[in-house]
Amino acid sequence: MIVVREPRSAVDPSALMCRVIEACRDAIVAREAYLCDLDCAIGDGDHGTNMRRGLDALAAERQRLAGMPLAEAMSAAGTILVMSIGGAAGPLYGTLLLEIGRGLSTGRLETEFPEVFQHAVAAVAQRGRSSLGEKTLLDVLYPLSGELIKHVPLQLLAEKIQGFADMTIDMQAMRGRASFLGGRSIGHMDPGAASCALLAATVCHELTKAGAA
Amino acid sequence: MTGGRENVGIVIVSHSPLVAKGAADMVRQMVGDSVPLAWCGGNPAGGLGTDTGAILKAIEEAWSEAGVAVFVDLGGAETNSEMAIEMIGKGRAARIAICNAPIVEGAVIAAAEASGGASLAKVVATAQELSPS
Repeated sequence: MIVVREPRSAVDPSALMCRVIEACRDAIVAREAYLCDLDCAIGDGDHGTNMRRGLDALAAERQRLAGMPLAEAMSAAGTILVMSIGGAAGPLYGTLLLEIGRGLSTGRLETEFPEVFQHAVAAVAQRGRSSLGEKTLLDVLYPLSGELIKHVPLQLLAEKIQGFADMTIDMQAMRGRASFLGGRSIGHMDPGAASCALLAATVCHELTKAGAA
Repeated sequence: MTGGRENVGIVIVSHSPLVAKGAADMVRQMVGDSVPLAWCGGNPAGGLGTDTGAILKAIEEAWSEAGVAVFVDLGGAETNSEMAIEMIGKGRAARIAICNAPIVEGAVIAAAEASGGASLAKVVATAQELSPS
């Protein structure tokens, strides 16, 4: 397939940010019940509702966020998610965005983003006192970060992301409420990994569509 | 109004407002108004869960220059409390401690200790004696 890209200057960053936020909100709304079902199996069943509340809050503020420089918008978005999601997912997603905001400088985004993202993922791990292979959203974030460091094109990455979440099915939960189930947590996809894969794939799709990646 | 502003404050964070309020009632019965006390429970929509904004507000409400001891139930309550403490700013964050103790017994014993004017470190240590390891 031949992809004709618009010149980079044709991408309006504010409009793109609005579109990415809307697409993320729509993706979560469409999978709200699915995420709750995954959470019912191994947790308290509210992950879809919590994420919906967070993304609705983010979407309500999208115009204000789109008017900010990217780093500032990331931090503001992180705070919105912390204050609206509730659950453990709020601080985890919030920390990811707050740390990305903290890490971004005015350098070239394509060059600096992978490393900024890597540090942000480490901060999420610290916040959740968790690591790879414990059946959490980190099982999506770590491999995602690895692919970004290798500069894998976002279009290809978007296709791989769900596979990362699928890997959590065979894992035993070591953190969060799912860990109370011990071996019975095996056989279910982690809801946090599922929402994380969904959001990451949505962002990759939107950036690819806009020719920004 | 909570009295005893010079004593360490107690904050109770549960997924359930009923649990948080119930634990706070038990603390009050034990120490009256001699310790600053606040509780919160439930997610931002009012369902079961925890809410960083509400935790921030509770810490403000129970604030004491001697510090604040926070009691939490399940994982999300702890993660959201840590986030709230980080957001409150470095100066005060150093005087806020999340106790590794059962929420009801911990809050009651900590309040009893705080009502006698004990330091934050002593209040936390007394509550944490309830938890093995």
